[in-house]
Amino acid sequence: MKLLTHNMLTSHVKGVTKGYPLLIKATEVKVNEVDFNPQFVSRMIPKLEWSALVQAADELGHRQDLPVELVPEYEKNEEFLKKVHRVLLEVEVIEGCLRCPESGREFPISRGIPNMLLNDDEV
Amino acid sequence: MTSNCRRPEHTAPPELFYNEVEAKKYSQNSRMIEIQTQMSERAVELLNLPEGQPCFLLDVGCGSGLSGDFLSEEGHYWVGIDISTAMLDVALDREVEGDLLVGDMGHGMPFRAGTFDGCISISALQWLCNADKRSHSPPKRLYTFFSTLYSSLSRGSRAIFQLYPENSEQLELITTQAMRAGFGGGMVVDYPNSSKAKKFFLCLFAGVTGSLPKGLGTETSDRAVSNQVQYSGQRCRFKGMKGKSAKKGRDWILEKKERRRRQGREVRADTKYTARQRKPHF
Repeated sequence: MKLLTHNMLTSHVKGVTKGYPLLIKATEVKVNEVDFNPQFVSRMIPKLEWSALVQAADELGHRQDLPVELVPEYEKNEEFLKKVHRVLLEVEVIEGCLRCPESGREFPISRGIPNMLLNDDEV
Repeated sequence: MTSNCRRPEHTAPPELFYNEVEAKKYSQNSRMIEIQTQMSERAVELLNLPEGQPCFLLDVGCGSGLSGDFLSEEGHYWVGIDISTAMLDVALDREVEGDLLVGDMGHGMPFRAGTFDGCISISALQWLCNADKRSHSPPKRLYTFFSTLYSSLSRGSRAIFQLYPENSEQLELITTQAMRAGFGGGMVVDYPNSSKAKKFFLCLFAGVTGSLPKGLGTETSDRAVSNQVQYSGQRCRFKGMKGKSAKKGRDWILEKKERRRRQGREVRADTKYTARQRKPHF
């Protein structure tokens, strides 16, 4: 699971209103090289929940000294975009689990695939 | 819609139907791969994404990631969701570029509002019309799916579903729930006059309503979608009659007489009066 996906994922257990951001408990993290696409990264930045991204990257130990606040005029700052690219698309959680902050429900991650299936009583 | 082979969604729920054996077909059967890729190409065309812009897309029922491969080729980034772990294992082995999730469409899409620039789904939606468990209610599950999908799409984006509808009732069930969830749009049918090449695409618009794209191969006929599927239920009556003549017709009677003759029975000769209707007598 890439951190871009994590930034978009919410818990959809019945009764949970926000369920965001999901806490990552990772036991295995991998870094995969992905082609850098500055256009895509700068398009995605406004959609991101910046604080959640920084927090998730921090938890995994791949923060890349990202600032707590989003820097202005990031479109032209290639060095910054490259850092964001690395955190968003290259850092991957392989094994571990995601924890819903509201209900405490844990979604296991195995082979890089989070299992978001719900039980019958959670729908 | 072939009537003589069973529909997969009638045999087992998707997480059981797409087992290792079935999943293997999707990585080895070249015909299956070709059809899947063609349908994905058409679905992306219908998505009408802005040119030269890498987009973030959702692939519902991504399976082994064949449709996702095409998205990656076009320079887009995608997230795939599927209920079958066997299919996702194949996707992992094929080293697809998108991110994968295990999930049930009927449980809703677990994403933040406005995440995706579009959504495609190839041959997955019809699975939602089946109640595989006692707790399943197809209209409810469809509504949960469409409403959560609607919120996870950005305004002005589209969702394209290629599907194999069983009959008009099923199609109506799907479209009603989609409209209830706030989507605009409708069905696009490619090659409506060909039974083999005919493909159904449900084009849904989130937010703005646009004009529906035209189906391919529709130039020769301007018949509406409803006419195409109206009699699909009735067609089942003739299912087992392939190659046989309609009952009580002249051909049928001649065949029957011939059969009796072969059995050595006494049969009247065939004349111009054979199988002729009699005058009404009062």
